[in-house]
Amino acid sequence: MNFTAPDFLPAIGEMFTLGMICVVMLAYLFFDKQNRGITYFLTQITLLGAAVIAIALYSHPTEITFDGSFILDPESLLLKIFILLSSVFVLMYSRPYIRDNEIAHGEFYLLILFSVLGMQVLVSAYSFLTLYLGLEVFSLPLYAMIALRHNRPVCQEAAMKYFIMGAIASGFLLYGMSLIYGACASLNIQEIVSMMSLSVNSQPMMLTVGLVFIAAGALFKLGVAPFHMWVPDVYEGAPNAMTLFIATAPKLAGFALLMRLLVEAMPALFPQWHYLLIAVAVLSMAIGNIIAIAQDNIKRMLAYSSIANMGYMLLGVIAGTPRGYGSAMFYIIMYVVMSLGAFGIITLLSRKGFELEKIDDFKGLNTRNPWLALMMLLIMFSMAGVPPSVGFFAKVGVLESLVQADIVWLPALALVFAIIGAYYYLRVVKVMYFDEPLEKTPIIVESFDAQLAISINGLAVFFLGIFPTAMIELCQKAFLV
Amino acid sequence: MITLTDYLVVGAILFGLSLAGMVINRKNLIVLLMSVELMLLAVNMNFIAFSSFLQDSAGQIFVFFILTVAAAETALGLAILIILFRTRQSINVTDLDALKG
Repeated sequence: MNFTAPDFLPAIGEMFTLGMICVVMLAYLFFDKQNRGITYFLTQITLLGAAVIAIALYSHPTEITFDGSFILDPESLLLKIFILLSSVFVLMYSRPYIRDNEIAHGEFYLLILFSVLGMQVLVSAYSFLTLYLGLEVFSLPLYAMIALRHNRPVCQEAAMKYFIMGAIASGFLLYGMSLIYGACASLNIQEIVSMMSLSVNSQPMMLTVGLVFIAAGALFKLGVAPFHMWVPDVYEGAPNAMTLFIATAPKLAGFALLMRLLVEAMPALFPQWHYLLIAVAVLSMAIGNIIAIAQDNIKRMLAYSSIANMGYMLLGVIAGTPRGYGSAMFYIIMYVVMSLGAFGIITLLSRKGFELEKIDDFKGLNTRNPWLALMMLLIMFSMAGVPPSVGFFAKVGVLESLVQADIVWLPALALVFAIIGAYYYLRVVKVMYFDEPLEKTPIIVESFDAQLAISINGLAVFFLGIFPTAMIELCQKAFLV
Repeated sequence: MITLTDYLVVGAILFGLSLAGMVINRKNLIVLLMSVELMLLAVNMNFIAFSSFLQDSAGQIFVFFILTVAAAETALGLAILIILFRTRQSINVTDLDALKG
């Protein structure tokens, strides 16, 4: 057997991140005592640099390297760019929060970097082994991150629950992978596709059981009903800055996991996972939207809203066409942009010794800080799907792709749930603009980069709503080969 | 002669036991961590059985990675367990009820 060196170019972004993690670690140990900012700036440079590399590679043709276990394609690059950019925004939002609450900042930045590295590997993974390793590298830092604020007992409880649930999800995923490996005799997605089309009639039982376990594991990570029990608890229990991170970039990684495992590895089992996903999507939209109405904790409410939104995203995957996959990707990217803004504002409004949690804390925000209230208004309208916001175009995209695939009852049901869902988003707007504030003192965002981040984020939601075409085309092109 | 099916049955029994250990157990968090470990070992059992019967080494390599990740995962789980015990003086599963899920 001849050994030829693999092409390292497709993985250059991951190698850059890994190298810079070592630099950040050393810089934190040696220089941080005199100058607190250095770790922060190095972390931002790492994330931005990796994003620039991903953008530069974008015109590169699709390439599979490392013996078929790593892929460079527009889908993975687009997801990587948004994972990296959303992490940049997470850091900008959470910097004042980390400082005020005296959380070990170097550890926080490093855990985010490790998690981002795992996500980069995961979205580019093209074999079960790299998928699993990427998944674990991105999840393990998240558990540690929640427990980082150890003076709040509720954080430890959230960390423990997230850890147990995450471990069960990986166990399910691995069990499914082992069965698929047994039936297809390979861990490589490329080979699994060809083997499965041959063995789908001879071993339907083993493949179906494997598929169910794999789907359960991936859907657990994505946080959709009926695997959603951990989502509200973790969102509520985690410190606000960590909730901000957990609610954004991991959703993109979870989407990549689902796409690689179900859509790309198992097209032969489309009828099976098609019906599975329909059941899961309907259940998520119902549970998410209806239970969110009853919440008075804004983080819990947004957690249920994320369950509902993942349900909408699945509609695009259910359509089973490249157009559907493209609109699902557009949906999830736009959801991450919106949820980044919403949790960003929650993080900004929390101060030393005050953790913003209740919807009532938003009362009269318009009189206390009109700019933040306006940004929250844009984001809430967009999440509710009010035209011409970007959330509206995202919903139209997935519903349209379903209609084109001749499934009409599902979009109709989704619309009913969207109308139910509009209630709790608009309630936040009502509370901000029409209720008397609990305290009159104006809120001033002192940190310049946080102010900049929220302005860019809110305006991005607004302008992407007016000019959505370019972004939609970019997502659609990723799935047209 | 031990067939592939026998190994798979053992793997499935181990997997079921670990799942039962997580669902039924209402006492101790350490038992929960042990169940997580058992779940990964059940998967390893499957992988090795397939790898040996398919004459393909990829499955055994996967097992090494799973063992490594499992060690890291347990270390992290025990660390969270310790800070939990420091503030609560208890590792009872039923005491984890501040968050209503």
